[in-house]
Amino acid sequence: MATQGLGLEITELRLGLPGGGPEKNEKKRMFSEIEGEGNSSNGHGKTQNKSQVVGWPPVCSYRKKNSFNGRETAKTYVKVSMDGAPFLRKIDLSAPGKGYSDLVMALEKLFGCFGIAEPMKDADSSEYVPIYEDKDGDWMLVGDVPWE
Amino acid sequence: MCLAYMMNYFPEEVLEHVFDFLASHRDRNAVSLVCQSWYRVERFSREKVFIGNCYAIIPERVIARFPRVRSLTLKGKPHFADFNLVPSDWGGFVLPWIEAMARSGVNLEELRLKRMVVSDESLELLARSFPNLRSLVLVSCEGFTTDGLAAIASNCSVTPLGELAIGDADAMVGLILVLAMITPKVALTLFLMELDLQENEVEDCRGQWLSCFPDSCTSLVSLNFACLKGEVNLAALERLVARNHNLRSLRLNHAVPLDALQKILMQAPQLVDLGTGSYVHDPDSDTYNKLKSAVQKCTSIRSLSGFLEDVAPRCLPAIYPICLNLTSLNLSYASLIHSSELIKLIHHCSQLQRLWILDCIGDKGLGVVASTCKELQELRVFPSDIYGVGSAVVTEEGLVAISAGCPKLNSILYFCQQMTNAALITVAKNCPNFIRFRLCTLNPTIPDPVTMQPLDEGFGAIVQSCKGLKRLSLSGLLTDQVFLYIGMYAEQLEMLSVAFAGNSDKGMLYVLNGCKKLKKLEIRDSPFGNVALLADVGKYETMRSLWMSSCEVTLGACKTLAKKMPRLNVEVINENDLIDASSDDRQKVEKMYLYRTLVGPREDAPEFVWTL
Repeated sequence: MATQGLGLEITELRLGLPGGGPEKNEKKRMFSEIEGEGNSSNGHGKTQNKSQVVGWPPVCSYRKKNSFNGRETAKTYVKVSMDGAPFLRKIDLSAPGKGYSDLVMALEKLFGCFGIAEPMKDADSSEYVPIYEDKDGDWMLVGDVPWE
Repeated sequence: MCLAYMMNYFPEEVLEHVFDFLASHRDRNAVSLVCQSWYRVERFSREKVFIGNCYAIIPERVIARFPRVRSLTLKGKPHFADFNLVPSDWGGFVLPWIEAMARSGVNLEELRLKRMVVSDESLELLARSFPNLRSLVLVSCEGFTTDGLAAIASNCSVTPLGELAIGDADAMVGLILVLAMITPKVALTLFLMELDLQENEVEDCRGQWLSCFPDSCTSLVSLNFACLKGEVNLAALERLVARNHNLRSLRLNHAVPLDALQKILMQAPQLVDLGTGSYVHDPDSDTYNKLKSAVQKCTSIRSLSGFLEDVAPRCLPAIYPICLNLTSLNLSYASLIHSSELIKLIHHCSQLQRLWILDCIGDKGLGVVASTCKELQELRVFPSDIYGVGSAVVTEEGLVAISAGCPKLNSILYFCQQMTNAALITVAKNCPNFIRFRLCTLNPTIPDPVTMQPLDEGFGAIVQSCKGLKRLSLSGLLTDQVFLYIGMYAEQLEMLSVAFAGNSDKGMLYVLNGCKKLKKLEIRDSPFGNVALLADVGKYETMRSLWMSSCEVTLGACKTLAKKMPRLNVEVINENDLIDASSDDRQKVEKMYLYRTLVGPREDAPEFVWTL
């Protein structure tokens, strides 16, 4: 689930039975859209046009550091699909303070899949553990890899 | 003539009383040049001293001339330091000033610093040495931590009981606690009225600096800690606000959440200036409803800022009631609020005189500002997309709309993707009252996209129309022609910022020859060289400073200038050891900063700064 570099390209998240692979999703795009804020709907978020010039534009360094908008990461909305659900949802993964438990809570709320959040809250007393299938096709326990 | 003759027979007390009416230091400077007796009367009566460049003079001489100084304003680093063009450690230390004033027994009440290096040691010395300190304002400073702020907050003046050796701040606080316990009659006079921290880099030491304001501190009028990164003790903050009934201005940092804000506003309905912390909550909650009613009681708020880091747009309606009376609104640090939300907010703000906003408001949003804010005098539109990742959101259209709708506009800072000559000409016609005009195109050398011409004619129209223009920042594709216009028309110009502009020395010469009132000239990445630099060396003594970086000026020319003009410090800032003693005089100088001074080369220059 780690994001990679400035491209911020993440695979779609899919809730469903194991074995459902890319062939099912041929009609859909493989990679989620990266939505920047404002009018950057034409995918400018993928390439960084970083200004090469020191001190230009002349925004004072305090403002650069403390402007929320000065941060390099755009908001990262990722599509989430669940087998059997009639439509997909979108979650913002880059909002501050997000972590695995927030993601799982959000999935529970969006899809009504009650019970997946429980093991996050109280690992010992729960019968279940949340796991996910990574890009290599392996089943991984949620929480090992740092959220960032 | 007759009047001056008569004036000399007035007792000095009368002269002093007349001079009391002169608030501005410029007027007082003028008055002190009239004759010896006026000079004498003026210097003993001046209480507010303004030093625009801390290296133009030494503190001892300031104190000697103005022994009754109570309020000192000091500025340190050159303006381009804001954009990382000046190495940190260049200088601008306040400690020698505080030490000198402490030694001389100056009765300092007010200290205002801009772009200076302020250590915790300085703050501790300040807190110890001046029992009547009322006001500390730090703008764009660095070098201190929250421990230094704790020393100021404590700010105890202890009535001496015999000899007290006062060591460091910790010992001081400990001593006072002991005294407070054993001698409750010891008067601790705490006069601190204003602690205003604007855009400083402050290290958070996780202390409880805010809790260091003692219970007996009830004199606060203004408290601004918006720039602090760390947590504050919310309970201590609430108690502080509750007991300081004179508090008029309060600006919180991002760590103060909305529920704390609600409690604070309940205690301080008299506030005139409010800066919120983060502004996120569930708009359906009880807390939010309480905030709404607290806000309604704050009928005196005229200035609003904050909304730091996180803003829930659905919570904005709580502030609509105060918008009607707002004269100043700063949303430039607010997390991206969608332009439609901003527009809804602006619709309520018909009395605005000052607006600082992000460019995500868009041209359409600026159109709403233009039709709603008829009292607008100052507008700043900051870029929300510094790294050029997205597409433009304000263009010349927004600026033209504002100029057409806001007849009182006199000050603008405008970051935009592009600008046209036609737009600038229209703006110049609509707004002849500009005092400050700063335009910044995100691409520094972009031409007029319609005509592909440089922006010379547009800026030319601005300087020709705005006869009172004092400050100008240029950008876009510009040739020597724009400088010809500036030299010809900008008669009141005091500060000019130039980047990536001009073709030859002629450009700089036009400005130096034409702008008689020029005080500060800062130039980067422009093809101006030795001929321009050396043409009129006397000019620089009429100015505060000149900055030139990445231009065509050589080491030899700087040396020549320094030799001819002993009352200038010509500093070559030599990072990366590009220049050394064996360097050829023909080598170009990367960064040069020169300024007039009465005291020769400064003693605190770091190794990489050569004063020639």
